[in-house]
Amino acid sequence: MTDGRRLLAGTRGDGAALTLHEHLTVHGALPLPRRGEAKHLQHHLQGAGLRGRGGAGFPAARKLAAAHESGRNALLIANGAEGEPASLKDRTLLQLTPHLVLDGLQLAARAVNAREVVLAVHSGGPLPGVVTRALAERTGRGERDVRLLEVPNRYVSGEASALARAAGGGPSLPALHDQPLAVRGLDRRPTVVLNVETLAGLALYLRKGPSWYGEVGTAEEPGTLLLTVRGDGAEPVVLEAPLGTSVRTVLDTAGVPTADLQAVLVGGYFGAWLPAPDVLDVPLSIAGLAQAGGTLGAGIVIALPSSACGLRATAGAVRYLAAESARQCGPCLNGLPAIAGALDQLVAGEPPPGTLDKIAAWSGLVSGRGLCHHPDGVVALVRSALHVFAEDVQEHLHGDCRRTAGRVLAVPRGTW
Amino acid sequence: MSKAFRLRVDWGACDGHGLCAQWAPELIELDEWGFPIVTPGPVPAAGLAHARAAVDACPVLALKLLAVARR
Repeated sequence: MTDGRRLLAGTRGDGAALTLHEHLTVHGALPLPRRGEAKHLQHHLQGAGLRGRGGAGFPAARKLAAAHESGRNALLIANGAEGEPASLKDRTLLQLTPHLVLDGLQLAARAVNAREVVLAVHSGGPLPGVVTRALAERTGRGERDVRLLEVPNRYVSGEASALARAAGGGPSLPALHDQPLAVRGLDRRPTVVLNVETLAGLALYLRKGPSWYGEVGTAEEPGTLLLTVRGDGAEPVVLEAPLGTSVRTVLDTAGVPTADLQAVLVGGYFGAWLPAPDVLDVPLSIAGLAQAGGTLGAGIVIALPSSACGLRATAGAVRYLAAESARQCGPCLNGLPAIAGALDQLVAGEPPPGTLDKIAAWSGLVSGRGLCHHPDGVVALVRSALHVFAEDVQEHLHGDCRRTAGRVLAVPRGTW
Repeated sequence: MSKAFRLRVDWGACDGHGLCAQWAPELIELDEWGFPIVTPGPVPAAGLAHARAAVDACPVLALKLLAVARR
């Protein structure tokens, strides 16, 4: 693995998945622990400090430990339902190297002694076929059965409680839970939801050990991560980079020009804008982004050129996010379209008096009042835009800036 | 010592009927769309009777009094 790729090691340039044989040639045999070794596995993982790669950055081992402590009939769900429109990393990982994810899933299943194991992906598209074929290659190896769960191609379908509900035959919509899912989730069973990249990282870590794993990355956040990188008009690119790599290096590697940049959105639609040029030196890690006042989220890096209007780009994303509400909770259902409408008025120029105050008030009303954190993410995005593009806000109060949104914040057109 | 409780809204069930705010106005007010804004934190002892009345009044059983976890 001399080219620095680890998660994506050995993957083919033609977009086809590594076969099981090819996968084992690249990574070696999977060291499946014997029965009864769940505790050892967990202890090992606690020390690794591996953070989840689904967007929240939660320490993965803690979820596994909580489920293990809570009971013996855990449900384990691998989350490949990548709903964030700007993110391509999870589908890329599954399409190119599904067996690394499936290895991690088997290891996690042992660690919690899972009664049921599910891999969730969006329906339609190539993933159900890729996963089905990969699972078929693994029969007869004494592994736990993995059920493929297809969920609708909507933003909230990949939310953890929505996955738990869908796994139980219910709708792919967030559910009420007064305790963490890993303690008590679907049907009162411990339910562990882990992102597919987190699982792939687990498989690498347990195969190669902490020394190898920690050869790259930072002391607190060892290893590599997958990033989706996008600039104006360019096709998005999925890259693997060591944790702590600077935004500048990542943009350079992706071929996105760093001269004449206005700002970078890190973390995707649940993330935050950070202003150029300072953002270029920010290290891409959970700690690095937190220190910069942003968030790593699902590893999305979107560069906004100076020629584009960041407010207009954000307004388009917020309009999309408002439409993706699950529509179960009053504050979100009412508040997000209200915020989106007010932002549109701001962008159009000379908005009605009090528009900014209304945005702030509605933002306060939708935060923390719902079954999931969808509205909280939207609020964070809006607040960061109003802050970073404060000069544009002033300009728009007096008239439209007439710059375009740029072609950076993609929203899906039609279904996949 | 008596236990502490907090009011929890089941946002999926809540339809904005607003009865909770009528029964416990010192604990719950309604936003512009009719949905409850609950004062955060444990319910003061003096407010518990109203809190229980508000829970009982909800026509869709969206309001609950949950024991606050001790650490």
